[in-house]
Amino acid sequence: MEYFIELFFSGLTRGSIYALIALGYTMVYGIIGLINFAHGEIYMIGAFTSFVVATVLSIYGFPLLSIVLLAGLAAAVWSASYGYTIEKIAYQPLRQAPRLSALISAIGMSIFLQNYVLLAQSSDFQPFPELIPDFDFMEPYAHVVGSAEIVILLVTALMMVGLTLLIKFSRIGKAMRATSQDRTMAMLVGIDVNRVISMTFIIGSALAAVGGMLIASHIGQINFFIGFIAGIKAFTAAVLGGIGSIPGAVLGGFVLGLTESFATGYVSSDYEDVFAFSLLVLILIFKPAGLLGREEAQKV
Amino acid sequence: MLELRDVRTYYGTIQALKGISLEIKSGEIITLIGANGAGKSTTLMSICGVAPPRSGEILFRGEQITRMSPDHIVSLGICQVPEGRHIFPQLTVQENLDMGAFLRSDKIEIKRDLDYVFSLFPILAQRREQAGGTLSGGEQQMLALSRALMARPQLLLLDEPSMGLAPLIIRQIFEIIKKINQEQDTTIFLVEQNANQALHIADRGYVIENGAVTLSDSADNLLTNPEVQKAYLGI
Repeated sequence: MEYFIELFFSGLTRGSIYALIALGYTMVYGIIGLINFAHGEIYMIGAFTSFVVATVLSIYGFPLLSIVLLAGLAAAVWSASYGYTIEKIAYQPLRQAPRLSALISAIGMSIFLQNYVLLAQSSDFQPFPELIPDFDFMEPYAHVVGSAEIVILLVTALMMVGLTLLIKFSRIGKAMRATSQDRTMAMLVGIDVNRVISMTFIIGSALAAVGGMLIASHIGQINFFIGFIAGIKAFTAAVLGGIGSIPGAVLGGFVLGLTESFATGYVSSDYEDVFAFSLLVLILIFKPAGLLGREEAQKV
Repeated sequence: MLELRDVRTYYGTIQALKGISLEIKSGEIITLIGANGAGKSTTLMSICGVAPPRSGEILFRGEQITRMSPDHIVSLGICQVPEGRHIFPQLTVQENLDMGAFLRSDKIEIKRDLDYVFSLFPILAQRREQAGGTLSGGEQQMLALSRALMARPQLLLLDEPSMGLAPLIIRQIFEIIKKINQEQDTTIFLVEQNANQALHIADRGYVIENGAVTLSDSADNLLTNPEVQKAYLGI
């Protein structure tokens, strides 16, 4: 039973990170119908930014809490500016082009960013400083759930609630919902659609960056390739939940994280991906729009 | 109030508008009639900046709006009810109406306009919390019209408000268009295939064929013009 709980928490932690990244995929897809394949790289750049900032700050002897907050903030801002710029140079000029062009542009952007970080940081794994200490009050439960896992869960939950409130009640949130439902009409009621699209990239990128920092600190090492794997997994999570659906991305992330964790724990870590992607295939067969996706009526 | 001078609009390499010129004066109801594919909707989309013209000029109150962004044009007081209504399907009726007032921040006046559209279409008040996509075609048209009114436009562009509706509802919608023009002093540019109904409430009309204006006259003259009768009135 203890083993089960341990796997459960480790699955939740993993899932919450997948969910954070998946939100970026699903929000962008909902608004411009594009799978932003460079999104995994945004997450990786977030992890590297926080790595650099945290390393520098710890040299100067900043207290841990301020290091975490500043590194997280820096990662979010820096990744958001990457997300914004990528949209402006790689996707916006292709807005009227066939969908495939933008998709190819996204893949190109992803490869470019990976190699750019590879050149700057080498392909070696860098040890990532442990940003989340073990809390004393967590000591009695340490054999089933680590302090870092709890912190990751809390932070991601907080960000998801924040995002939900933003989308439900804020002006930009309403504009985002309207744009995703009918872009032409959104223009006609006076929404600056380009601004909405930029904001979507900025928000999605910031979420992914924070996810990148949290998981890098938990795992303890990063290199240029982590974005690719995490990106594919988070994309899977977004599709599982129903791409375009925000609750779907969260649900998909947790389902995927738990599946992987239990597969690793009860079968073998070699089969982790087999279970993850088999689940995807099964869901696509029986529920093609994903768990919470809308079935789209095809116009004839 | 609005003037188009030799407007030419393309979709890729296809030329949809081949030099449209027309003028709308403040307080008028002007109708643009024409067959499918004549360029009626493109004319409206060009005015709104969604399909900006490649050449020509569009002037609103003497100001160039030819290459302005759609949101900027809306902020000047030009509002369109597009063909097919374009209700936000997952937003409630209330939220759809709120979106109409997206650029406004005068809460008290917004509330007054909300009461006004509910007085025009009481059914919408009953459906307030219902998702827009679940409304019937007629109700959606009422909502689309109301949403545009929530922007308190000076110039209202209507694209085929009668499309796909029962005759009784069409009559009701046209009566309300007339009423909006008189009570709110809103200038109206009405694009219609239903030429008969449109000409009966309009002051003047333009006939468009293959992306060019071929005829322009008072509505009464157009109604009795033999060519118009033959081509658009089925007489």
